[in-house]
Amino acid sequence: MIRWITQTGEFISRASEGAGFGLALLARTSLLVGTLIRWHYRAALFRQLFICGITTIPVVMVVSVFTGMILALNGGITLAKLGQEALIGQIVTISMTREMGPFMTALILAASVGSAMAAELGTMKVSEEIDALEIMAIEPARFLVLPRLIAMAIMTPVLTVYTSLVGILGAAVVSSSQYGVSYLRFKTEALNALTNKDMYTGLLKAFIFGIVIAVVGCSQGLRTSGGAIGVGLATRRAVVISYLLIIILGYYVTFIFFRIEW
Amino acid sequence: MSETPASQQTLEPLVELLGVEKAFGTQKVLRGVDLKLFESETLVVIGRSGSGKSVTIKHVVGLEAPDRGQVLVFGRDMAKLSRKERDQARLRMGYLFQSSALLNWMTIEENVELPLLEHRADLSASERRQLVAEKLKLVEMEAAAGKYPGQISGGMKKRAALARAIVLGPRIILYDEPTSGLDPVIARTIDEVIANTGKTLKASQVVVTHDMDSAYRVGHRIAMLYEGRIIASGTPEEIKSTNHPVVQQFITGSPHGPITDGLLAQNKH
Repeated sequence: MIRWITQTGEFISRASEGAGFGLALLARTSLLVGTLIRWHYRAALFRQLFICGITTIPVVMVVSVFTGMILALNGGITLAKLGQEALIGQIVTISMTREMGPFMTALILAASVGSAMAAELGTMKVSEEIDALEIMAIEPARFLVLPRLIAMAIMTPVLTVYTSLVGILGAAVVSSSQYGVSYLRFKTEALNALTNKDMYTGLLKAFIFGIVIAVVGCSQGLRTSGGAIGVGLATRRAVVISYLLIIILGYYVTFIFFRIEW
Repeated sequence: MSETPASQQTLEPLVELLGVEKAFGTQKVLRGVDLKLFESETLVVIGRSGSGKSVTIKHVVGLEAPDRGQVLVFGRDMAKLSRKERDQARLRMGYLFQSSALLNWMTIEENVELPLLEHRADLSASERRQLVAEKLKLVEMEAAAGKYPGQISGGMKKRAALARAIVLGPRIILYDEPTSGLDPVIARTIDEVIANTGKTLKASQVVVTHDMDSAYRVGHRIAMLYEGRIIASGTPEEIKSTNHPVVQQFITGSPHGPITDGLLAQNKH
């Protein structure tokens, strides 16, 4: 019993410490945004934009097109029984724009880019490269975290738009081929259902998720200790924590915008 | 053996460690280290692996803070400096890591240029390139300027890292095990580079090593760290001729003596 209480206490202590480090890192990095004016930081930002955006497009495309197809296929089964298969366009468009687009994009980015951030910074930490930057009076938050944070904050919403569009396109193909809904009807229903609120809440979620993935990945990397095992643990923790935060924050953003009357 | 050479007793030390104690968890690494570094001298700190040599010099650059005692650099207590003041002190110091710690996604030239990009906004691109070329020439690395750290040997990495450490013209250079993991020929080349760098830049240097050949070659003064304290200090000749049994066992590399007796006793407990 005492051992269990001790372990729980240690877990809470470590989690609080990690959360504090992440929030402090976010606050510190936000204050340094102005330094992006320097050319060599802009070059680092472009490099990160490429890594976060361009390199993840193929996997995002495959996941999003099949997500849209699955939503259409499943939704169509029930709607067809009611003779309402034409509404597939509405359901898929709202789901993709409001929830599935940002959610799927964030999960892919957390697994691919967030984990890579933790592994890269973790390796730099254990091989003393972070210490070397400190000694050269180069702040790691500015040199390493800032370009990653900005790149994720920009590219997650951009990729979310792409995910949603490709997913809706996949759904249109399934609606047409499986349920006989014409592309024109699908488009009309989709546009009728879509509101500005759906779009901006989806993009806001994506923006928040992007920041969460970058901060979690970088903070886990910068807190790495213990050689190769430590890098592995930091990478795993970065993915797990990002997933949990994406799901929890996603719920609360939806709740705030769609359940609370403003 | 005197801790401070007679010729330097009247000078102000650039670095002064006063009773520095440091523990990691329950393990006490430093138990009251007293050390001074004077202008234009090369001080070598010797000691067994894990004796706290690297931890000692990490205190000098503020990567570690003492649990007790003081670390005075340029007359100021490192632990009491603000972030900005500490960064300003660090700009006057260079540090060569045991692992070299070069950034792998940058070429050697870009690695050496990085501190200039950060801290010498007054320099034009051509002036920066000229400075980088000068430092790479000093460490005989001009030919590898365009290569990435992953494409060069361990000895070349150390030289490239040294070029980066000295590019801002530091007054103090700290070397963490500069010859470890290198073959004897490359190790002696690194010794020459250290000696030349000290002379050319008129910098004060601290070299942490357990390579006694290297210590004798580059050191004006040698201090031995054992069980968390400096137990002997003096010129290379004084160290060679000391009667201290721990120092004698260490410098001769004998398997029998107080160091191994102490280890055996620790293992029994």
